[in-house]
Amino acid sequence: MLDKVIFFFFAGVAILSAGLMVTRRNAIHSAVFLITTLLATAGIFLQLRAEFIFIAQIILYVGGIMVLFVFVIMLVRLDVALHQIQFSRQKWVALLVTLALALEVGVMLWSSRKVPGQGFLLPNAVPAGKLPPNTEALAGRLFDAYLLPFEIASVLLLVAMVGAVVMAKKRT
Amino acid sequence: MMPIGYYLFLSMALFLIGAIGVITRRNVIVVLMSIELILNAVNINLVAFSRIFGDVAGQVFALFIIADAAAEAVVGLGIIIAFFRNRETVLEDEMDLLKW
Repeated sequence: MLDKVIFFFFAGVAILSAGLMVTRRNAIHSAVFLITTLLATAGIFLQLRAEFIFIAQIILYVGGIMVLFVFVIMLVRLDVALHQIQFSRQKWVALLVTLALALEVGVMLWSSRKVPGQGFLLPNAVPAGKLPPNTEALAGRLFDAYLLPFEIASVLLLVAMVGAVVMAKKRT
Repeated sequence: MMPIGYYLFLSMALFLIGAIGVITRRNVIVVLMSIELILNAVNINLVAFSRIFGDVAGQVFALFIIADAAAEAVVGLGIIIAFFRNRETVLEDEMDLLKW
């Protein structure tokens, strides 16, 4: 019961503020609503007992990426853009495409619900009290089976850092 | 935990809202934010399946996706700053240097 209340609260907050994020005119307002969505998603992660991802989501997304976005919004002068047309001219095409996509995914999810033997059989989830400690299990898996992707991710971050510095520095 | 379908529908809703943002908005910064929203929607799926199978591999993938999102945001914002310095705009339909 409590699980249900928590899930629907965070899901509602996430979807509502995602919708507001897409429709607000001011980019700073969009950034704030995106932060709300990301925090609500972190709540969903906590409800799924993924404590490490919950903390990583808050520290990395909200504390790192969104601060970067807010800084760039402050660097870029937006008050000209505020008085111009907000959406591009392909609004109706976009709505059509998205509705088609929604219909497709929705029908797929709905029909996979009622073919018991043919789809992928889902086991019953382990009760929350019997899960192993989350961070410990995650670290064991990350530094054992996924060590090579972990190192490659560090190289990727280095490349991104160098690329950002080269892009943003003043040409002389 | 709740049945898996609830998480899938939540993820689908966030993904579609992000897709609408990517296609319709003119401001490139908001388009980048919508891409972050899409990546985040995928993470919900991964963590939900990781929970139902009792296997932390899904959460490892979610961590990698968060690292990718950080790299993508950094490079994208660097490009936006470089472009703004040259053309004084962040609207994507005014980025028409390749058009003649």
